[in-house]
Amino acid sequence: MSLVAALIAHPLGRLSLQSLPFWQMLQDPSKDNLINGCIATTAAAIVVIGAVVLVALITRYRKWRVLWSEWLTSADHKKIGIMYVVLALVMLARALIEAWLMRAQQAFGLHGGFLSPEHFSELFSTHGTIMIFFMAMPFLTGLINYVMPLQIGARDVSFPVLNSVSLGLTAAGAALVMISLVVGKFSTGGWFGYPPYTEASFNPGEGPDYWIWALTLSSLGSTFTGINFAVTIYKERAPGMWLRRMPLFTWTALCTSILMIFAMPPLTVATAQLALDRYLHFHFFTNGMGGNLMHFANLFWLFGHPEVYILILPAFGVYSEVVSTFSTKALFGYRSLVLATMGIAVLSFTVWLHHFFTMGQNVDINAYFGIASMLIGIPTGVKVYDWMWTMFRGRVRFTVPMIYSIGFILLFVLGGMSGIILANPSVDYQVHNTVFLVAHFHNVAVPGVLFGMIAGYHFWFPKAFGFRLDERWGKLSAWCWIWGFMLAFFPLYGLGLEGLPRRSVAYTERAYVPMEIVAFIGAFLVIAALAALLVQLWVSVRDRDRNRVTAGDPWDGRSLEWATSAPPPEYNFAQLPVVTERDAFTVAKEQGTAYRAARRYVDIEVPRHSALGPIIAAVGFAAAFGLTWHIWWLVLAATLALIGAMIVRGFARDLEKSIPAWQVQAEQEAWLQSVAATASVTRAQEASAANRGLARHEEIAGVIP
Amino acid sequence: MSQPVARHPGLNLGGAHGSTDAAAERLMFGFWVFLMSDAILFGMVFASYVTSLDARAGGPGPHDLYDIRSVFIETLLLLCSSFTFGMASLALKYQHSTRRLVGWLGVTLLLGMGFLGLEIHDFLSMIAKGGSASRSGFLSAFFDLVPLHGAHVTAGCIWLVCLVAQIARFGVDHWVKLGILRLALFWHFLDIIWIAIFSVVYLAGLT
Amino acid sequence: MPGGNVHLSFLDPQGPIAALQRVHFYEVLGVLVVLVAIPIFVLTPWFAWRYRYGASGVRYTPHWDHFWLIEIATWAGPVAIVGALAFLLWRDSHRLDPYRPLASTQPALRIQVIGYDWKWLFIYPDQGIATVGTLAIPVGRPLALQLTSATVMQSLLIPALGSQIYAMGGMVTQLHLQATKPGRLLGENTMFNGRGFQQQRFTALALPAADFNRWVQNVKTHGIPFSERTLAAIAREGSRADLTSALSRSGAAGELELTDVPAGFFSTLVKATMNDAPVHLPSIAAGDRPGHPPSGSAVAALASAPRP
Repeated sequence: MSLVAALIAHPLGRLSLQSLPFWQMLQDPSKDNLINGCIATTAAAIVVIGAVVLVALITRYRKWRVLWSEWLTSADHKKIGIMYVVLALVMLARALIEAWLMRAQQAFGLHGGFLSPEHFSELFSTHGTIMIFFMAMPFLTGLINYVMPLQIGARDVSFPVLNSVSLGLTAAGAALVMISLVVGKFSTGGWFGYPPYTEASFNPGEGPDYWIWALTLSSLGSTFTGINFAVTIYKERAPGMWLRRMPLFTWTALCTSILMIFAMPPLTVATAQLALDRYLHFHFFTNGMGGNLMHFANLFWLFGHPEVYILILPAFGVYSEVVSTFSTKALFGYRSLVLATMGIAVLSFTVWLHHFFTMGQNVDINAYFGIASMLIGIPTGVKVYDWMWTMFRGRVRFTVPMIYSIGFILLFVLGGMSGIILANPSVDYQVHNTVFLVAHFHNVAVPGVLFGMIAGYHFWFPKAFGFRLDERWGKLSAWCWIWGFMLAFFPLYGLGLEGLPRRSVAYTERAYVPMEIVAFIGAFLVIAALAALLVQLWVSVRDRDRNRVTAGDPWDGRSLEWATSAPPPEYNFAQLPVVTERDAFTVAKEQGTAYRAARRYVDIEVPRHSALGPIIAAVGFAAAFGLTWHIWWLVLAATLALIGAMIVRGFARDLEKSIPAWQVQAEQEAWLQSVAATASVTRAQEASAANRGLARHEEIAGVIP
Repeated sequence: MSQPVARHPGLNLGGAHGSTDAAAERLMFGFWVFLMSDAILFGMVFASYVTSLDARAGGPGPHDLYDIRSVFIETLLLLCSSFTFGMASLALKYQHSTRRLVGWLGVTLLLGMGFLGLEIHDFLSMIAKGGSASRSGFLSAFFDLVPLHGAHVTAGCIWLVCLVAQIARFGVDHWVKLGILRLALFWHFLDIIWIAIFSVVYLAGLT
Repeated sequence: MPGGNVHLSFLDPQGPIAALQRVHFYEVLGVLVVLVAIPIFVLTPWFAWRYRYGASGVRYTPHWDHFWLIEIATWAGPVAIVGALAFLLWRDSHRLDPYRPLASTQPALRIQVIGYDWKWLFIYPDQGIATVGTLAIPVGRPLALQLTSATVMQSLLIPALGSQIYAMGGMVTQLHLQATKPGRLLGENTMFNGRGFQQQRFTALALPAADFNRWVQNVKTHGIPFSERTLAAIAREGSRADLTSALSRSGAAGELELTDVPAGFFSTLVKATMNDAPVHLPSIAAGDRPGHPPSGSAVAALASAPRP
């Protein structure tokens, strides 16, 4: 068959009516099919109706132009950061609902439950994939994007349009996972998709392909993000912002970006090789013909272990900022914290084998990797102690971010302990792949990563939007998260020790039921926490005038991002700051040099908007969708469009626009005037409407240093 | 006479190129970092290859399939192309005529395309001898590693053509210079990867 | 046959390996709780409350961010704890290596395990029998298991006895276990392998030696012959309950006993999976009779199967 004929023989590839979520239940309306079909169709309907409503609202309020020119094509790190966080929150909502469904199924799982095994296995696969790649990664990327350039006194990241492209790739991957609710089924192989289960011989359908291409898009986006952040921190720091004067959040951003640069390639290789196996009948991981599934395990976890440190290090950075700010005290042990961060980053590449101690390798190898895994506990412990000593002889304020931080310290330690237990091969041989393992990684991911992200969201929201979030709903959400997490996951430690494997849709031991019920109650609390978070946002927007903090410093912050208006201007600083010490903004406040007008105003170059990001997103999504469904003409067209877009971009010449000096001066002076007219507040009034973003820093003057 | 400031490893344009020389620092550093991630990517695929050497599943192996003469000619072509690109880079730095610059780039392109043509011929003859990727794990790993390098060279050739088109459109302006600097790094990087392939795949495979 | 509850956990050990694992688990847990958790759980709320904003009578040192003694202690403490745990880890990893044969006066009982979707086939090569659904083992005698998979990656775990190990296609892994008292033990697959995954549970039956011998005789007498037809039924996708109904077996659902198992079947299956070839019963070589130890070449072939 000629190439052209092959391309257009099946214009819809392997899409068919079977791909619709309700088709099976219509063909064969058994009780099982009806239950599962209704759940699947409801999910698909939410996606479709949600998209339609969104389009309708944007059209109704005539926001298309604004959406395109101010947001989607923006190369401003602040806008890109906000869009990343929005993406993360949307995907968080989906993945939490999936978690609740799984807990519900297992609560009723004695002898069956209501979900079919296939549906359950799709749920655990999407839940894990979304939480790691499309919730946690975008969340931390968004926070770093927003905050890091401000913290180092820069105007933007080094490669602003590449930043937009990274966002586009990540969004395309998320869109692929969302569209899998509407057409076809997602992979059932879990978030790490071990072959040969995910090979074409065992799972020829579209599921593993959805997974492969969603991960590929996401990992490419993250690789570029890592490059962008690392170069920015090395090259764009303000004068005097030496590496040892950078805030801890920026240090963790640097180590995270280096991890991204080095850890994403193994994932790209593993998924690409699996794709070659599936599409072109290669034999990387097949059972026979020289394939070896152990290579996949090694490649995947060479990525996978540094990945979890990519997730946790920015959260550690947030906690460093939050604990020092809300202890009204300098961060204790700066040098140790930096060394510990670097140590964690380096060690994270030396432990990957602990994910498969039970794969039959030599006992000395297992023991070595076990000891290496425990070594990471050392710098992590140092960090926890340094945060505790930061509170010592400070003045601790129990704001929402601080509640998350204290909850983190207490709960994360337990997760670290279960990690050290698992690092022992002889114990791991018992609890590997049981829900004990599930409890461990949620114990480090939820109080560790997620609490950190939410704390960061609360901490920097006023900077990004100019008004504070509602404290009461925030505290309610935090309590629901803390108790919900404990109820949902501590029982799993016990269940794992009693032999319940992970990914079990059902079980036959009556002994498991009580703990499953407790876990289910926890899941309700977690959904309540999510709801409280959404209500908080709605209430805060409603009350935004009451909670405005345009002066820009609602928490008496210590680093440079607090030295700008809220929200900051597009160019961040009217005049780039000159840094002389750590905690640059606190030093400026104490020396009385904060809120000074610039000596000289100059024209400022900022990057022009570019459509490259959204184009790459659309083209990337099209290529991935085409590959998943074998719509070859679409793959070809998208690839050509991708190459074309990059070539056209190469011809672009006018890449920056100039903001005239008079405009910068006008904006700066307007802000300084509003600061002068603002009443400063003590920390006691921090959560009240009196807080307009100006801190009365004198309250600590004259105190024993 | 003041010492010229070296802003980044590799060929620096120098003060005569003004703001282009300053802008190169961030861009070249970023490109080096990208090459590091690409090097890790190749490293993983090399590791796959080396651990699949015994996975021949009874099929043909290096002695049955590799044509050392053809590979040797490919190596010479690619090494020469690195030399000619070096000449292009010097023409750029010392602001020789555009014709000379484009001439050297053109020769590089021809050498690169010659490399690719020979390589494709090699692959086709391997497949004709029964050494296709779906025959064994070893051949899958081979056809991951060597065509991955070839795909990078192809991308480099396309990039080269685009740069020449940009020269036709804009002359040797700021962005063209930065593009040539980055493509030069990319081209030399691919040469180094090829030397590794030549040694690890072909020489080691045939001894 | 022992009745009573099924033993689910290594915290209720029924064998020496699980017993050692329990001790090691409590040792590590104890060290961590006492030296890590309790100090942090005491100090963190105490610091947070004592030094809260608005507390009276406490010192406030906003610039105090460094103190050598504390820095040294914060590093030295975790180093010491990890050092101690590393010693325990090294020792116990070697003691509890799944590949390490258990010291005993009795000869090890060889069992070959094949993971299917979604059932385990347990072959007793020296007795020429096999079962699906029940793994009967003699109390006090070490077991030497060899595992492989006919399909995707799986993992055999009998928590009350000891470690799990992956079973992978085209490869052979080993596991050494022993039961010290009679009883019924949970056995399962912990590596998700499809929609029947949760059904891949079985009961390990630890029997006193005489009872075990009687059980073996019973299977030899009443088991169905291991033919191509039974092999095809086992290899078909389904749980063991599906299997017994497909074979129209009366008796307990999901329990199958087989006899006349050819000596080289396990290695034949490994090789066939390695070559993507269909699996058939090996033709019986001259001198090889079911129930007798395999000939030298088969043993050599198995020994050289790649250890992952």
